[in-house]
Amino acid sequence: MRDDLIAVAFLLPALFCFGYFAWWPVVKGLELSFQQTNLVDPAEWVGLLNFRRILDDPLVMTAVTNTAFFAGLALLIGFPLPLALAVQMSTVHRLAGLYRYLVYLPVMLPPVVGVLLWKLFYDPDSGVFNKALGLVGLGPYPWLQSTDSAMLSLVLEATWANLGSATLIYLAAITRVRPELYEAAETDGAGIWRRVWHITLPQLRGTVLLLLLLQLIGTLQVFTEPFVMTDGGPENATITVLLLIYRYAFVEGDYGAASAMSLMLAAALSLLSAVYLWATRRWSDT
Amino acid sequence: MTLPSPADTRDRLPVNRLVSPRDRRRIGTRAALASTNAVVLLMLVLFCAGPVLWMFKAAVSPAREVTTHPLALWPTQTRFSNLSDALNLLDIGSGLANSAILAIGCLVAQLVVSTSAGFALSVLRPRFGRVLYAMVLATLLVPSAVCLIPLYLTVQDMPGLGVNLVNTFWAVWLPAGANAFNVLLIKRFFDNIPAELFEAARVDGAGPLTLLLRMVLPLSRPVLAVVSMFTLIASWKDFIWPLIALTDPDKQPVAVVLPVIAKTADQSLVIAGLFLASVPPLLLFVIFQRQVVNGIGGDTGSKG
Repeated sequence: MRDDLIAVAFLLPALFCFGYFAWWPVVKGLELSFQQTNLVDPAEWVGLLNFRRILDDPLVMTAVTNTAFFAGLALLIGFPLPLALAVQMSTVHRLAGLYRYLVYLPVMLPPVVGVLLWKLFYDPDSGVFNKALGLVGLGPYPWLQSTDSAMLSLVLEATWANLGSATLIYLAAITRVRPELYEAAETDGAGIWRRVWHITLPQLRGTVLLLLLLQLIGTLQVFTEPFVMTDGGPENATITVLLLIYRYAFVEGDYGAASAMSLMLAAALSLLSAVYLWATRRWSDT
Repeated sequence: MTLPSPADTRDRLPVNRLVSPRDRRRIGTRAALASTNAVVLLMLVLFCAGPVLWMFKAAVSPAREVTTHPLALWPTQTRFSNLSDALNLLDIGSGLANSAILAIGCLVAQLVVSTSAGFALSVLRPRFGRVLYAMVLATLLVPSAVCLIPLYLTVQDMPGLGVNLVNTFWAVWLPAGANAFNVLLIKRFFDNIPAELFEAARVDGAGPLTLLLRMVLPLSRPVLAVVSMFTLIASWKDFIWPLIALTDPDKQPVAVVLPVIAKTADQSLVIAGLFLASVPPLLLFVIFQRQVVNGIGGDTGSKG
Protein backbone atom coordinates (compact mmCIF):
# COMPACT_ATOMS: atom_id res chain seq x y z
CA MET A 1 0.00 0.00 0.00
CA ARG A 2 2.77 2.41 0.97
CA ASP A 3 4.69 1.40 -2.15
CA ASP A 4 1.65 2.22 -4.26
CA LEU A 5 1.49 5.68 -2.70
CA ILE A 6 5.14 6.30 -3.52
CA ALA A 7 4.47 5.19 -7.10
CA VAL A 8 1.54 7.62 -7.30
CA ALA A 9 3.85 10.41 -6.17
CA PHE A 10 6.19 9.61 -9.02
CA LEU A 11 3.28 9.43 -11.44
CA LEU A 12 1.87 12.82 -10.47
CA PRO A 13 3.55 14.79 -13.31
CA ALA A 14 2.32 12.26 -15.85
CA LEU A 15 -1.18 12.14 -14.35
CA PHE A 16 -1.34 15.93 -14.44
CA CYS A 17 -0.13 16.30 -18.04
CA PHE A 18 -1.99 13.36 -19.53
CA GLY A 19 -5.08 14.06 -17.44
CA TYR A 20 -5.41 17.67 -18.46
CA PHE A 21 -3.95 17.64 -21.95
CA ALA A 22 -4.60 14.18 -23.36
CA TRP A 23 -7.48 12.38 -21.62
CA TRP A 24 -9.73 15.27 -20.62
CA PRO A 25 -9.77 16.89 -24.12
CA VAL A 26 -11.10 13.64 -25.57
CA VAL A 27 -14.06 13.75 -23.17
CA LYS A 28 -14.40 17.49 -23.57
CA GLY A 29 -14.41 17.19 -27.37
CA LEU A 30 -17.34 14.77 -27.25
CA GLU A 31 -19.22 17.08 -24.91
CA LEU A 32 -18.48 20.24 -26.90
CA SER A 33 -19.82 18.74 -30.10
CA PHE A 34 -23.29 18.89 -28.60
CA GLN A 35 -22.90 22.29 -26.94
CA GLN A 36 -22.71 25.95 -27.81
CA THR A 37 -20.26 28.09 -25.86
CA ASN A 38 -19.02 31.66 -26.10
CA LEU A 39 -16.34 31.06 -23.45
CA VAL A 40 -18.04 33.47 -21.03
CA ASP A 41 -21.47 32.08 -20.16
CA PRO A 42 -21.92 28.44 -19.17
CA ALA A 43 -22.09 26.15 -22.21
CA GLU A 44 -25.54 25.26 -23.46
CA TRP A 45 -26.67 21.83 -24.69
CA VAL A 46 -27.92 22.09 -28.25
CA GLY A 47 -28.27 18.49 -29.34
CA LEU A 48 -27.37 17.89 -32.97
CA LEU A 49 -27.51 21.57 -33.94
CA ASN A 50 -23.74 21.80 -34.51
CA PHE A 51 -23.81 18.86 -36.87
CA ARG A 52 -26.76 20.31 -38.76
CA ARG A 53 -24.91 23.62 -39.07
CA ILE A 54 -21.91 21.79 -40.58
CA LEU A 55 -23.96 19.75 -43.00
CA ASP A 56 -25.68 22.94 -44.18
CA ASP A 57 -22.38 24.67 -44.88
CA PRO A 58 -21.44 24.18 -48.56
CA LEU A 59 -17.78 24.82 -47.68
CA VAL A 60 -17.67 21.55 -45.73
CA MET A 61 -18.17 19.44 -48.82
CA THR A 62 -15.49 21.48 -50.60
CA ALA A 63 -13.10 21.00 -47.68
CA VAL A 64 -13.76 17.26 -47.54
CA THR A 65 -13.20 16.75 -51.27
CA ASN A 66 -10.12 18.97 -51.21
CA THR A 67 -8.65 17.05 -48.29
CA ALA A 68 -9.35 13.71 -49.97
CA PHE A 69 -7.81 15.07 -53.17
CA PHE A 70 -4.72 16.23 -51.27
CA ALA A 71 -4.36 12.87 -49.52
CA GLY A 72 -4.86 10.95 -52.76
CA LEU A 73 -2.40 13.04 -54.70
CA ALA A 74 0.13 12.92 -51.85
CA LEU A 75 -0.23 9.15 -51.86
CA LEU A 76 0.21 8.90 -55.60
CA ILE A 77 3.36 11.04 -55.63
CA GLY A 78 4.71 10.77 -52.13
CA PHE A 79 4.21 7.09 -51.45
CA PRO A 80 6.22 5.28 -54.18
CA LEU A 81 9.01 7.84 -54.29
CA PRO A 82 10.65 7.13 -50.90
CA LEU A 83 10.34 3.40 -51.47
CA ALA A 84 12.10 3.58 -54.84
CA LEU A 85 14.67 5.96 -53.42
CA ALA A 86 15.38 3.68 -50.47
CA VAL A 87 15.86 0.63 -52.72
CA GLN A 88 18.23 2.62 -54.88
CA MET A 89 20.07 4.07 -51.89
CA SER A 90 20.55 0.60 -50.45
CA THR A 91 22.81 -0.25 -53.41
CA VAL A 92 25.05 2.74 -52.74
CA HIS A 93 28.33 1.91 -51.05
CA ARG A 94 30.45 5.00 -51.36
CA LEU A 95 29.05 8.18 -49.82
CA ALA A 96 26.05 6.30 -48.41
CA GLY A 97 26.02 8.78 -45.52
CA LEU A 98 25.90 11.75 -47.87
CA TYR A 99 22.79 10.38 -49.59
CA ARG A 100 21.09 10.03 -46.23
CA TYR A 101 21.92 13.51 -45.03
CA LEU A 102 20.76 15.03 -48.28
CA VAL A 103 17.45 13.22 -48.31
CA TYR A 104 16.81 14.09 -44.67
CA LEU A 105 17.82 17.75 -44.94
CA PRO A 106 14.33 19.12 -45.82
CA VAL A 107 12.83 17.24 -42.86
CA MET A 108 15.05 19.19 -40.48
CA LEU A 109 13.75 22.58 -41.61
CA PRO A 110 10.77 23.95 -39.69
CA PRO A 111 7.66 23.22 -41.86
CA VAL A 112 6.82 26.92 -41.98
CA VAL A 113 10.24 27.70 -43.45
CA GLY A 114 9.82 25.07 -46.17
CA VAL A 115 6.33 26.30 -47.01
CA LEU A 116 7.35 29.97 -47.20
CA LEU A 117 10.42 29.09 -49.24
CA TRP A 118 8.34 27.16 -51.76
CA LYS A 119 5.84 29.99 -51.87
CA LEU A 120 8.67 32.18 -53.16
CA PHE A 121 9.70 29.47 -55.63
CA TYR A 122 6.14 29.28 -56.96
CA ASP A 123 5.93 33.02 -57.68
CA PRO A 124 4.71 33.24 -61.31
CA ASP A 125 7.03 36.12 -62.28
CA SER A 126 10.10 35.96 -60.11
CA GLY A 127 9.94 32.40 -58.76
CA VAL A 128 12.73 29.89 -59.26
CA PHE A 129 10.46 27.31 -60.87
CA ASN A 130 9.10 29.46 -63.67
CA LYS A 131 12.53 30.99 -64.30
CA ALA A 132 14.14 27.53 -64.53
CA LEU A 133 11.35 26.06 -66.66
CA GLY A 134 11.49 29.16 -68.84
CA LEU A 135 15.09 28.31 -69.70
CA VAL A 136 13.89 25.15 -71.44
CA GLY A 137 10.93 26.92 -73.01
CA LEU A 138 8.20 25.79 -70.59
CA GLY A 139 5.63 27.83 -68.74
CA PRO A 140 5.06 30.25 -67.17
CA TYR A 141 2.77 28.26 -64.90
CA PRO A 142 0.40 29.89 -62.40
CA TRP A 143 1.18 27.33 -59.63
CA LEU A 144 -0.62 28.58 -56.49
CA GLN A 145 -2.72 31.17 -58.30
CA SER A 146 -4.86 28.81 -60.32
CA THR A 147 -7.62 26.64 -58.92
CA ASP A 148 -6.37 23.80 -61.15
CA SER A 149 -2.78 23.68 -59.96
CA ALA A 150 -2.89 25.10 -56.42
CA MET A 151 -3.51 21.78 -54.69
CA LEU A 152 -0.89 19.99 -56.78
CA SER A 153 1.60 22.67 -55.81
CA LEU A 154 0.86 22.09 -52.13
CA VAL A 155 1.30 18.33 -52.59
CA LEU A 156 4.68 18.81 -54.27
CA GLU A 157 5.91 20.91 -51.35
CA ALA A 158 4.54 18.46 -48.78
CA THR A 159 6.16 15.54 -50.58
CA TRP A 160 9.49 17.34 -50.60
CA ALA A 161 9.19 18.17 -46.91
CA ASN A 162 8.31 14.64 -45.80
CA LEU A 163 10.21 12.43 -48.21
CA GLY A 164 13.25 12.03 -45.97
CA SER A 165 11.74 10.29 -42.97
CA ALA A 166 9.91 7.64 -45.01
CA THR A 167 13.04 7.00 -47.07
CA LEU A 168 15.20 6.43 -44.00
CA ILE A 169 12.60 4.15 -42.43
CA TYR A 170 12.46 2.02 -45.59
CA LEU A 171 16.23 2.04 -45.82
CA ALA A 172 16.53 0.71 -42.27
CA ALA A 173 14.00 -2.01 -43.08
CA ILE A 174 15.88 -2.95 -46.26
CA THR A 175 19.15 -3.43 -44.40
CA ARG A 176 17.36 -5.94 -42.17
CA VAL A 177 16.43 -8.20 -45.11
CA ARG A 178 18.41 -11.43 -44.64
CA PRO A 179 21.27 -11.76 -47.16
CA GLU A 180 20.59 -15.51 -47.59
CA LEU A 181 17.34 -14.70 -49.38
CA TYR A 182 19.19 -12.70 -52.01
CA GLU A 183 21.88 -15.34 -52.34
CA ALA A 184 19.30 -18.08 -52.85
CA ALA A 185 17.50 -15.98 -55.47
CA GLU A 186 20.74 -15.27 -57.24
CA THR A 187 21.65 -18.95 -57.32
CA ASP A 188 18.26 -19.55 -58.91
CA GLY A 189 19.23 -17.06 -61.59
CA ALA A 190 17.11 -14.07 -60.53
CA GLY A 191 18.41 -10.71 -61.76
CA ILE A 192 18.50 -7.57 -59.66
CA TRP A 193 15.03 -6.38 -60.72
CA ARG A 194 13.50 -9.75 -59.90
CA ARG A 195 15.23 -9.72 -56.52
CA VAL A 196 13.77 -6.29 -55.79
CA TRP A 197 10.32 -7.42 -56.84
CA HIS A 198 10.28 -10.88 -55.27
CA ILE A 199 12.42 -10.38 -52.17
CA THR A 200 12.96 -6.77 -51.13
CA LEU A 201 9.40 -5.52 -51.58
CA PRO A 202 7.65 -8.55 -50.03
CA GLN A 203 10.05 -8.39 -47.08
CA LEU A 204 9.14 -4.73 -46.57
CA ARG A 205 5.42 -5.40 -46.64
CA GLY A 206 4.87 -4.72 -42.95
CA THR A 207 6.72 -1.40 -43.05
CA VAL A 208 5.02 -0.40 -46.30
CA LEU A 209 1.55 -1.08 -44.90
CA LEU A 210 2.29 0.81 -41.67
CA LEU A 211 3.71 3.86 -43.42
CA LEU A 212 0.84 3.89 -45.90
CA LEU A 213 -1.67 4.15 -43.07
CA LEU A 214 0.40 6.73 -41.16
CA GLN A 215 0.79 8.84 -44.29
CA LEU A 216 -2.94 8.75 -44.94
CA ILE A 217 -3.74 9.75 -41.37
CA GLY A 218 -1.16 12.52 -41.56
CA THR A 219 -2.21 13.98 -44.89
CA LEU A 220 -5.89 13.98 -43.96
CA GLN A 221 -4.93 16.41 -41.17
CA VAL A 222 -3.06 18.78 -43.49
CA PHE A 223 -3.05 22.36 -42.21
CA THR A 224 0.24 24.27 -42.43
CA GLU A 225 0.59 24.12 -46.22
CA PRO A 226 -2.84 25.51 -47.13
CA PHE A 227 -2.89 27.91 -44.16
CA VAL A 228 0.48 29.52 -44.89
CA MET A 229 0.71 29.15 -48.66
CA THR A 230 -2.75 29.92 -49.97
CA ASP A 231 -5.02 30.50 -46.95
CA GLY A 232 -7.46 28.11 -48.58
CA GLY A 233 -7.57 29.98 -51.88
CA PRO A 234 -7.84 30.61 -54.72
CA GLU A 235 -11.64 30.39 -54.59
CA ASN A 236 -11.48 27.83 -51.76
CA ALA A 237 -9.56 25.42 -53.98
CA THR A 238 -7.21 24.50 -51.12
CA ILE A 239 -9.46 24.80 -48.10
CA THR A 240 -9.04 21.62 -46.03
CA VAL A 241 -10.94 20.06 -43.17
CA LEU A 242 -8.50 21.23 -40.50
CA LEU A 243 -8.33 24.71 -41.98
CA LEU A 244 -12.11 24.90 -41.81
CA ILE A 245 -12.08 23.69 -38.19
CA TYR A 246 -9.56 26.42 -37.41
CA ARG A 247 -11.75 29.05 -39.08
CA TYR A 248 -14.91 27.89 -37.31
CA ALA A 249 -13.18 28.16 -33.94
CA PHE A 250 -10.77 31.06 -34.20
CA VAL A 251 -12.27 33.27 -36.89
CA GLU A 252 -15.98 32.76 -36.26
CA GLY A 253 -15.73 31.78 -32.58
CA ASP A 254 -18.05 28.82 -33.16
CA TYR A 255 -16.36 26.20 -30.96
CA GLY A 256 -19.37 23.90 -31.12
CA ALA A 257 -19.22 23.56 -34.91
CA ALA A 258 -15.43 23.21 -34.77
CA SER A 259 -15.70 20.41 -32.21
CA ALA A 260 -18.43 18.65 -34.14
CA MET A 261 -16.30 18.79 -37.26
CA SER A 262 -13.28 17.45 -35.29
CA LEU A 263 -15.43 14.60 -34.04
CA MET A 264 -16.44 13.76 -37.60
CA LEU A 265 -12.78 13.85 -38.66
CA ALA A 266 -11.91 11.55 -35.77
CA ALA A 267 -14.68 9.17 -36.77
CA ALA A 268 -13.49 9.16 -40.38
CA LEU A 269 -9.88 8.49 -39.34
CA SER A 270 -10.89 5.66 -36.99
CA LEU A 271 -13.09 4.10 -39.62
CA LEU A 272 -10.29 4.36 -42.15
CA SER A 273 -7.80 2.74 -39.76
CA ALA A 274 -10.24 -0.03 -38.82
CA VAL A 275 -11.11 -0.89 -42.42
CA TYR A 276 -7.47 -0.70 -43.38
CA LEU A 277 -6.30 -2.99 -40.58
CA TRP A 278 -9.12 -5.42 -41.30
CA ALA A 279 -8.31 -5.46 -45.02
CA THR A 280 -4.56 -5.85 -44.60
CA ARG A 281 -4.98 -8.59 -42.01
CA ARG A 282 -7.20 -10.55 -44.38
CA TRP A 283 -4.71 -9.98 -47.14
CA SER A 284 -1.77 -11.06 -44.97
CA ASP A 285 -3.57 -14.24 -43.92
CA THR A 286 -4.02 -15.51 -47.43
CA MET B 1 35.62 14.82 -52.30
CA THR B 2 35.78 12.90 -49.06
CA LEU B 3 33.20 13.22 -46.36
CA PRO B 4 34.27 10.93 -43.56
CA SER B 5 31.22 10.88 -41.33
CA PRO B 6 30.41 8.44 -38.55
CA ALA B 7 27.32 7.15 -40.31
CA ASP B 8 29.36 6.61 -43.44
CA THR B 9 31.64 4.07 -41.84
CA ARG B 10 28.78 2.41 -39.99
CA ASP B 11 26.79 1.92 -43.14
CA ARG B 12 29.33 -0.46 -44.54
CA LEU B 13 28.84 -2.91 -41.70
CA PRO B 14 25.48 -4.47 -42.60
CA VAL B 15 26.16 -5.61 -46.13
CA ASN B 16 23.06 -5.31 -48.26
CA ARG B 17 23.17 -8.19 -50.67
CA LEU B 18 20.54 -6.98 -53.12
CA VAL B 19 23.43 -6.35 -55.48
CA SER B 20 25.95 -9.17 -55.06
CA PRO B 21 29.71 -8.97 -55.64
CA ARG B 22 29.15 -11.06 -58.75
CA ASP B 23 26.70 -8.47 -60.12
CA ARG B 24 29.23 -5.77 -59.44
CA ARG B 25 31.84 -7.57 -61.52
CA ARG B 26 29.60 -7.36 -64.57
CA ILE B 27 30.50 -4.27 -66.61
CA GLY B 28 26.94 -3.52 -67.74
CA THR B 29 25.45 -3.80 -64.26
CA ARG B 30 28.23 -1.73 -62.81
CA ALA B 31 27.75 1.02 -65.35
CA ALA B 32 23.98 1.02 -64.84
CA LEU B 33 24.39 1.19 -61.05
CA ALA B 34 27.00 3.91 -61.20
CA SER B 35 24.90 6.05 -63.51
CA THR B 36 21.66 5.69 -61.51
CA ASN B 37 23.59 6.45 -58.35
CA ALA B 38 25.04 9.55 -59.96
CA VAL B 39 21.65 10.69 -61.27
CA VAL B 40 20.01 10.18 -57.89
CA LEU B 41 22.82 12.03 -56.15
CA LEU B 42 22.41 14.90 -58.58
CA MET B 43 18.66 14.98 -57.97
CA LEU B 44 19.19 14.94 -54.21
CA VAL B 45 21.68 17.79 -54.41
CA LEU B 46 19.36 19.74 -56.68
CA PHE B 47 16.09 19.21 -54.85
CA CYS B 48 17.08 18.57 -51.22
CA ALA B 49 20.19 20.69 -50.76
CA GLY B 50 19.24 23.15 -53.52
CA PRO B 51 16.40 24.97 -51.73
CA VAL B 52 18.43 25.19 -48.52
CA LEU B 53 21.47 26.55 -50.35
CA TRP B 54 19.26 28.96 -52.27
CA MET B 55 17.92 30.20 -48.96
CA PHE B 56 21.49 30.75 -47.67
CA LYS B 57 22.35 32.65 -50.82
CA ALA B 58 19.19 34.74 -50.95
CA ALA B 59 19.51 35.59 -47.25
CA VAL B 60 22.69 37.54 -47.95
CA SER B 61 21.72 38.92 -51.38
CA PRO B 62 20.61 42.46 -52.18
CA ALA B 63 16.80 42.68 -52.10
CA ARG B 64 16.36 43.28 -55.82
CA GLU B 65 18.44 40.30 -56.90
CA VAL B 66 16.16 37.74 -55.27
CA THR B 67 13.35 38.65 -57.64
CA THR B 68 15.28 39.64 -60.76
CA HIS B 69 17.89 36.86 -60.81
CA PRO B 70 16.61 34.07 -58.58
CA LEU B 71 18.68 31.48 -60.45
CA ALA B 72 22.02 33.24 -59.95
CA LEU B 73 24.45 30.95 -58.17
CA TRP B 74 26.19 33.73 -56.30
CA PRO B 75 25.04 37.17 -55.13
CA THR B 76 26.76 40.13 -56.80
CA GLN B 77 27.22 41.64 -53.36
CA THR B 78 27.01 39.80 -50.08
CA ARG B 79 24.85 41.63 -47.60
CA PHE B 80 25.28 40.09 -44.18
CA SER B 81 23.46 43.15 -42.91
CA ASN B 82 20.24 41.42 -44.03
CA LEU B 83 20.65 39.02 -41.14
CA SER B 84 21.20 41.67 -38.51
CA ASP B 85 18.42 43.80 -40.01
CA ALA B 86 16.04 40.87 -39.82
CA LEU B 87 17.00 40.33 -36.19
CA ASN B 88 16.67 43.98 -35.23
CA LEU B 89 13.95 45.46 -37.37
CA LEU B 90 11.41 42.70 -37.25
CA ASP B 91 9.90 40.49 -34.62
CA ILE B 92 12.25 37.72 -35.65
CA GLY B 93 14.68 38.36 -32.83
CA SER B 94 12.03 37.96 -30.15
CA GLY B 95 10.52 35.09 -32.14
CA LEU B 96 13.80 33.21 -32.02
CA ALA B 97 14.16 33.88 -28.30
CA ASN B 98 10.58 32.68 -27.70
CA SER B 99 11.21 29.54 -29.76
CA ALA B 100 14.25 28.78 -27.59
CA ILE B 101 12.33 29.38 -24.36
CA LEU B 102 9.46 27.21 -25.57
CA ALA B 103 11.78 24.42 -26.71
CA ILE B 104 13.67 24.31 -23.41
CA GLY B 105 10.47 24.38 -21.38
CA CYS B 106 8.99 21.57 -23.48
CA LEU B 107 12.19 19.60 -22.95
CA VAL B 108 12.01 20.02 -19.17
CA ALA B 109 8.32 19.05 -19.11
CA GLN B 110 8.88 15.96 -21.25
CA LEU B 111 11.94 14.81 -19.31
CA VAL B 112 10.24 15.24 -15.93
CA VAL B 113 7.07 13.42 -17.04
CA SER B 114 8.71 10.62 -19.00
CA THR B 115 11.47 9.79 -16.51
CA SER B 116 9.26 9.91 -13.41
CA ALA B 117 6.48 7.95 -15.10
CA GLY B 118 8.91 5.53 -16.72
CA PHE B 119 10.57 4.93 -13.36
CA ALA B 120 7.26 4.36 -11.57
CA LEU B 121 5.93 2.03 -14.26
CA SER B 122 9.14 0.12 -14.86
CA VAL B 123 10.77 -0.09 -11.43
CA LEU B 124 8.13 0.61 -8.75
CA ARG B 125 5.40 -1.25 -10.66
CA PRO B 126 2.25 -0.27 -8.75
CA ARG B 127 -0.85 -2.48 -9.05
CA PHE B 128 -2.65 -0.09 -11.38
CA GLY B 129 0.49 0.39 -13.48
CA ARG B 130 -0.55 -1.72 -16.43
CA VAL B 131 -3.89 0.01 -16.80
CA LEU B 132 -2.27 3.42 -16.57
CA TYR B 133 0.39 2.50 -19.10
CA ALA B 134 -2.30 1.30 -21.51
CA MET B 135 -4.15 4.59 -21.05
CA VAL B 136 -0.96 6.52 -21.80
CA LEU B 137 -0.29 4.47 -24.92
CA ALA B 138 -3.90 4.84 -26.04
CA THR B 139 -3.30 8.56 -26.52
CA LEU B 140 -0.96 7.66 -29.40
CA LEU B 141 -4.06 6.58 -31.31
CA VAL B 142 -5.75 9.97 -31.01
CA PRO B 143 -4.77 12.19 -33.95
CA SER B 144 -3.48 15.50 -32.65
CA ALA B 145 -5.68 17.61 -34.93
CA VAL B 146 -8.84 16.05 -33.53
CA CYS B 147 -8.18 17.33 -30.00
CA LEU B 148 -7.02 20.80 -30.94
CA ILE B 149 -10.25 22.63 -30.13
CA PRO B 150 -11.06 20.86 -26.84
CA LEU B 151 -7.40 21.21 -25.82
CA TYR B 152 -7.63 24.94 -26.44
CA LEU B 153 -10.78 25.22 -24.37
CA THR B 154 -9.17 23.16 -21.59
CA VAL B 155 -6.07 25.34 -21.51
CA GLN B 156 -8.22 28.43 -21.67
CA ASP B 157 -10.04 27.42 -18.47
CA MET B 158 -8.23 24.66 -16.60
CA PRO B 159 -10.92 22.51 -14.95
CA GLY B 160 -10.80 22.70 -11.17
CA LEU B 161 -7.97 25.25 -11.19
CA GLY B 162 -9.77 28.21 -12.75
CA VAL B 163 -6.62 29.41 -14.54
CA ASN B 164 -6.32 30.57 -18.12
CA LEU B 165 -3.00 29.53 -19.64
CA VAL B 166 -3.61 31.03 -23.09
CA ASN B 167 -0.89 33.53 -23.97
CA THR B 168 1.47 32.13 -21.38
CA PHE B 169 4.36 29.82 -22.17
CA TRP B 170 2.76 27.22 -19.87
CA ALA B 171 0.10 26.68 -22.55
CA VAL B 172 2.81 25.15 -24.74
CA TRP B 173 5.12 23.68 -22.09
CA LEU B 174 2.62 21.65 -20.10
CA PRO B 175 0.76 19.92 -22.98
CA ALA B 176 4.18 18.96 -24.37
CA GLY B 177 4.61 16.81 -21.26
CA ALA B 178 1.79 14.52 -22.40
CA ASN B 179 4.00 12.72 -24.90
CA ALA B 180 3.22 9.01 -24.82
CA PHE B 181 5.98 8.08 -27.23
CA ASN B 182 8.66 9.40 -24.88
CA VAL B 183 7.13 7.57 -21.94
CA LEU B 184 7.22 4.40 -24.03
CA LEU B 185 10.87 4.89 -25.06
CA ILE B 186 12.06 5.72 -21.55
CA LYS B 187 10.09 2.95 -19.85
CA ARG B 188 11.44 0.41 -22.32
CA PHE B 189 14.96 1.57 -21.64
CA PHE B 190 14.44 1.34 -17.87
CA ASP B 191 12.98 -2.15 -18.33
CA ASN B 192 16.33 -3.31 -19.63
CA ILE B 193 18.31 -2.18 -16.58
CA PRO B 194 19.10 -5.38 -14.59
CA ALA B 195 16.81 -5.69 -11.54
CA GLU B 196 19.72 -6.91 -9.38
CA LEU B 197 21.15 -3.39 -9.47
CA PHE B 198 17.98 -2.04 -7.86
CA GLU B 199 17.92 -4.83 -5.27
CA ALA B 200 21.53 -4.11 -4.32
CA ALA B 201 20.81 -0.41 -3.97
CA ARG B 202 17.69 -1.07 -1.90
CA VAL B 203 19.66 -3.30 0.47
CA ASP B 204 22.06 -0.40 0.88
CA GLY B 205 19.07 1.66 2.01
CA ALA B 206 18.49 3.78 -1.09
CA GLY B 207 14.98 5.23 -1.36
CA PRO B 208 13.13 5.45 -4.68
CA LEU B 209 14.18 9.06 -5.32
CA THR B 210 17.87 8.26 -4.74
CA LEU B 211 17.44 5.23 -6.99
CA LEU B 212 16.06 7.38 -9.80
CA LEU B 213 18.45 10.31 -9.49
CA ARG B 214 21.65 8.49 -8.60
CA MET B 215 21.32 5.30 -10.57
CA VAL B 216 18.66 5.15 -13.24
CA LEU B 217 19.17 8.59 -14.77
CA PRO B 218 22.97 8.39 -15.05
CA LEU B 219 22.61 4.96 -16.68
CA SER B 220 20.09 6.38 -19.17
CA ARG B 221 22.19 9.20 -20.55
CA PRO B 222 22.22 7.88 -24.15
CA VAL B 223 18.45 7.49 -24.43
CA LEU B 224 17.87 10.80 -22.66
CA ALA B 225 20.16 12.55 -25.14
CA VAL B 226 18.23 11.16 -28.11
CA VAL B 227 14.85 11.97 -26.58
CA SER B 228 16.05 15.49 -25.74
CA MET B 229 17.28 16.16 -29.23
CA PHE B 230 14.07 15.00 -30.87
CA THR B 231 12.02 17.01 -28.37
CA LEU B 232 13.97 20.20 -29.03
CA ILE B 233 13.67 19.81 -32.80
CA ALA B 234 9.96 18.93 -32.66
CA SER B 235 9.23 21.90 -30.44
CA TRP B 236 11.17 24.26 -32.71
CA LYS B 237 9.21 22.99 -35.73
CA ASP B 238 5.79 23.09 -34.07
CA PHE B 239 3.36 25.49 -35.70
CA ILE B 240 -0.33 24.93 -35.22
CA TRP B 241 -0.51 24.66 -31.43
CA PRO B 242 1.62 27.78 -30.69
CA LEU B 243 -0.41 29.59 -33.36
CA ILE B 244 -3.57 28.85 -31.40
CA ALA B 245 -2.29 29.07 -27.84
CA LEU B 246 -0.12 32.20 -28.19
CA THR B 247 -1.92 35.07 -29.91
CA ASP B 248 0.22 37.79 -28.35
CA PRO B 249 2.96 38.61 -30.95
CA ASP B 250 5.47 39.22 -28.14
CA LYS B 251 5.17 35.61 -27.01
CA GLN B 252 5.00 33.87 -30.39
CA PRO B 253 7.79 31.57 -31.59
CA VAL B 254 9.55 32.31 -34.85
CA ALA B 255 7.52 29.69 -36.77
CA VAL B 256 4.34 31.63 -36.00
CA VAL B 257 5.92 35.04 -36.56
CA LEU B 258 7.39 34.28 -39.99
CA PRO B 259 4.16 33.83 -42.01
CA VAL B 260 2.86 37.13 -40.62
CA ILE B 261 6.06 38.96 -41.50
CA ALA B 262 6.20 37.35 -44.94
CA LYS B 263 3.00 39.18 -45.90
CA THR B 264 4.41 42.66 -45.45
CA ALA B 265 8.17 42.79 -45.01
CA ASP B 266 10.90 43.19 -47.57
CA GLN B 267 11.59 39.88 -49.27
CA SER B 268 15.30 39.63 -48.54
CA LEU B 269 14.62 40.25 -44.85
CA VAL B 270 11.96 37.55 -44.85
CA ILE B 271 14.43 35.10 -46.37
CA ALA B 272 17.03 36.17 -43.80
CA GLY B 273 14.38 35.33 -41.19
CA LEU B 274 13.76 31.91 -42.76
CA PHE B 275 17.49 31.29 -42.66
CA LEU B 276 17.80 32.32 -39.01
CA ALA B 277 14.88 30.09 -38.06
CA SER B 278 16.56 27.12 -39.78
CA VAL B 279 19.97 27.52 -38.17
CA PRO B 280 19.21 25.95 -34.76
CA PRO B 281 17.65 22.70 -36.09
CA LEU B 282 20.32 22.42 -38.77
CA LEU B 283 23.03 22.90 -36.12
CA LEU B 284 21.46 20.15 -34.03
CA PHE B 285 21.38 18.02 -37.16
CA VAL B 286 25.09 18.56 -37.74
CA ILE B 287 26.00 17.85 -34.11
CA PHE B 288 23.75 14.82 -33.70
CA GLN B 289 23.79 13.63 -37.31
CA ARG B 290 24.37 10.00 -36.49
CA GLN B 291 21.64 9.81 -33.84
CA VAL B 292 19.18 11.58 -36.14
CA VAL B 293 19.82 9.49 -39.21
CA ASN B 294 20.06 6.20 -37.34
CA GLY B 295 17.34 7.07 -34.85
CA ILE B 296 14.73 7.22 -37.61
CA GLY B 297 15.27 3.65 -38.68
CA GLY B 298 15.88 2.50 -35.12
CA ASP B 299 12.49 3.63 -33.87
CA THR B 300 10.60 1.46 -36.26
CA GLY B 301 13.19 -1.25 -35.96
CA SER B 302 11.95 -2.09 -32.49
CA LYS B 303 8.37 -2.10 -33.71
CA GLY B 304 9.26 -4.62 -36.38
